[in-house]
Amino acid sequence: MIKYIVKRSLALIPILIGVIFLIFTIMEFAPGDPVVKILGIEATSEAKEQLTIQLGLDKSFWERFASYLYNIVIKFDFGISWRTKNPVFEDILPRIPVSMALASLGIIFATIVGIPLGILSAVKQYSLSDNILRVVSTTMVAIPAFLLAMLLILLFSSKLGWLPSGGIESLKSYILPVLTSGGRYGCTVLRITRSTMLEEIRQDYVRTAKSKGVPNKIITYKHALKNALLPVITTIGQNFGAILGGSVIAENVFSIPGIGSLVVLSIRSKDTPTIIACVVLIALFFAIIMLIVDLLYAFIDPRIKAKYVKVS
Amino acid sequence: MKNSTVNDKIDKEVKDARRVTKNSHFFEIWNRMKRDKNCVISLTFIGLLFFVAIFANFLIDESLVTTQNVAERIQGPSSAHWFGTDLYGRDIFARVVYGSRISLSIGILTTIFATAIGSFLGAVAAYFGGKIDNIITRVSDIFIAIPEQLMAMVVVAAVGATPISVMVALGVVVIPNRCRLVRSTVLGIVDTEYVEAARACGMSDISIIIKEVMPNTLGPIIVVSTQGVASLILTVSSLSYLGVGIQPPTPEWGAIIFEAREFLRIAPYMCLLPGAVIALTALAFNLVGDGLRDALDPRLKD
Amino acid sequence: MSGELLSVKNLEVIYKSSGEMVQAVNGINFSLNKGETLGLVGETGAGKTTTALAVLRLLPERTGKILTGSISFDGKNLLELNDEEMRLKVRGKRIAMIFQDPMTALNPVMSVCDQIAEAIRYHSDKVDKNEIDKKVDHVLEMVGISPSRKHEYPHQFSGGMKQRVVIAIALSCEPDLLIADEPTTALDVTIQAQVLAMMGELRNRLGTAMVLITHDLGVVAQICDKVAVMYAGELIETGTLEDIFVEKEHHPYTMGLFGAIPNLGGESKRLHPIAGIMPDPTELPVGCNFQERCPHVMSICLDTNPEPYVNGTHSIACHLFTEKCNVGGDNYE
Repeated sequence: MIKYIVKRSLALIPILIGVIFLIFTIMEFAPGDPVVKILGIEATSEAKEQLTIQLGLDKSFWERFASYLYNIVIKFDFGISWRTKNPVFEDILPRIPVSMALASLGIIFATIVGIPLGILSAVKQYSLSDNILRVVSTTMVAIPAFLLAMLLILLFSSKLGWLPSGGIESLKSYILPVLTSGGRYGCTVLRITRSTMLEEIRQDYVRTAKSKGVPNKIITYKHALKNALLPVITTIGQNFGAILGGSVIAENVFSIPGIGSLVVLSIRSKDTPTIIACVVLIALFFAIIMLIVDLLYAFIDPRIKAKYVKVS
Repeated sequence: MKNSTVNDKIDKEVKDARRVTKNSHFFEIWNRMKRDKNCVISLTFIGLLFFVAIFANFLIDESLVTTQNVAERIQGPSSAHWFGTDLYGRDIFARVVYGSRISLSIGILTTIFATAIGSFLGAVAAYFGGKIDNIITRVSDIFIAIPEQLMAMVVVAAVGATPISVMVALGVVVIPNRCRLVRSTVLGIVDTEYVEAARACGMSDISIIIKEVMPNTLGPIIVVSTQGVASLILTVSSLSYLGVGIQPPTPEWGAIIFEAREFLRIAPYMCLLPGAVIALTALAFNLVGDGLRDALDPRLKD
Repeated sequence: MSGELLSVKNLEVIYKSSGEMVQAVNGINFSLNKGETLGLVGETGAGKTTTALAVLRLLPERTGKILTGSISFDGKNLLELNDEEMRLKVRGKRIAMIFQDPMTALNPVMSVCDQIAEAIRYHSDKVDKNEIDKKVDHVLEMVGISPSRKHEYPHQFSGGMKQRVVIAIALSCEPDLLIADEPTTALDVTIQAQVLAMMGELRNRLGTAMVLITHDLGVVAQICDKVAVMYAGELIETGTLEDIFVEKEHHPYTMGLFGAIPNLGGESKRLHPIAGIMPDPTELPVGCNFQERCPHVMSICLDTNPEPYVNGTHSIACHLFTEKCNVGGDNYE
């Protein structure tokens, strides 16, 4: 089992390096001179030259990439922000826990709401509850995250005044953002759970269980669900990108100081080092979640587990 | 016995049951889709949208999109201005109508090109296998490791925010996705028994690809792409809303809401009405995609 | 051991789905005594599986419907019981069923032991884990699987072994009736013989009655006492093993079935399959269902359904024997 974990973790590394390379290359096309951005247009040519050498901007693309990679891995040095003039790492660090909290709460909310409702919808196919759930989830998925956020603010903050509409002072202020990023994602989870459950209920082993006289509830939860959860978990992981996207929007609409709002800010001010750093960190987070999902899958499915664990 | 009792029962049961015409495959699918009410309504809506987008010039004066009228700013919906006016006094309905051109063209053109390229790459990867497959898969994995919206934002940051660059940015996101989908679908088919049977009958590789593999991949591709249009429309508007996509004064739906966001509490219609249009469009495409999927694979319905 | 166990009268089952109605079973009658084995023979699509599912009321909920008829088991009409009563009192406990494909019949994420124990737990008052464990071991030994393997998962067993597990599950509560739907079709020929022999032995030991659904007449000859031949949803011939294999009078379809089997003893240059295919179940013809493939078809076959001609235990539904029919013969045995 440990071997599998290590193997999969190591497989992450080339992907991450690839990601860094990809973003680095894309941002090469961005217009603008970093030196001018940092020092301002009036700076003397000597100062500009000095900074150019200092930032290594006179070297070739590959040399710059190599040294950038080296700096990240060894020194955690992502360069200097062109906007704040601070080391990028300092700008990002305090924002990481905020974003992670938001994303994690989102995924927990989506799972807790989506899976049980998906099961209900599948077990009672074509009933009133199924139809209502299908309508609601289909509609929710079509509403853009920012629109949902605006609606939530209008309702709970403006009209009812129950919840704050921005910032992160209290626990309450997390509610609307989590609903935004987790709500739409929860509907996706609902739909996936529903369709996998519908498929499993039609499998032969369910017929066998029924002919044994097993109660329907047990068939649903012990037999069908256990098998349905496998693809559901995988899809939850794969669609995690949607939560990250939703978090970016939520952070912007609700003025939450996370990585998502930093990314948008950096893009608007063309602050390349920060952009690259944010994207890389988010990709890392995404990759770790996918890894956890993979491991979970292998842990639950005895067919895969058997490959890596000796059967006693 | 059979003739008496069963015939009576047949009459009773079949009265409301309609017989499926055993026509060609295509008509069968079309018939099944027609029975899905949501699908039909959505197709009508999309048709309407297309009509409005294409013939916008004849329906609404283009100047309304940009004409500012400070005296009439921030007025709610009325008979003169169906969606009200924005902060500059421009007619929001006119802007939304012309904005439909942008959203629809970006959504559909990007989907068509990116799906074509991505599918081709996926088919190549599945067909040739080996090193080529390896390279294509690894590269796709790297792209897929970055969440879609983020990727689009980065590309836009690098190459600017014109409609074309937004299409490229979104295309970069869609291509690896389709590549992966087609690759796994084709791999699934190539291993099946009916392909083996076709080979045993002496069908050439090309024949097999055209007659067995492609029709079975087209299904998932079409379904995913239709729902992909919805997703793209949402992404485009999200990008514009964040200020990193299409910039105002271009009347892209998200950009309209971007300009209106500070007025959310005082004049909610400015944000909500264009927002509702976005949601309805995305919903329509999703429902059509659902209808297509049910029509192509009706097993899950009963 | 006599005493009627199962009696099916006039059973009609349809499937209805998006505009089409399939007439799967069209008024069949058969019965089974305690300890007897009935072989239900027929081509694919004849309605055999549907009949079996109907007895246990396991037809797909939204599409399958029992139109009419009665299924009497040990004196009680099963069609009068609701689903919960079927589950508690009948399924698994008094009537068990095993299905055709062993590869998909078992839950891939549950151990074999758990799946057998489940059957036991829901039909007895035994809550004691040890007792259930012992019973699981006992049942596994009965089907020839070492109890040490009970914590393994289905994918770790071969096809034949999987089927043995399925049989173990079915027999764990010692039901009165076992319905086996083509239990050996998906297995290798050598394994087939083993599993069949095992089933016969268990049947003798436990005194279980059996409905064995198959398309293989050889299997029927091996372990059945009675035979019923099904075609397009109807039982066109029924009788004891002797009636079917030894007597000279048969339905043309039955003759066709025998003619299609290769004969190890004698010399046969060609097999004689029955020409044509079964009629479309959504559009059954008026008159006898076999009319289009029958070498002896007459004009009366085209518009009237034949009444069964009954000769003791042997019943044949064919116009060839209509003149010999008893007047007012409503003997459905």
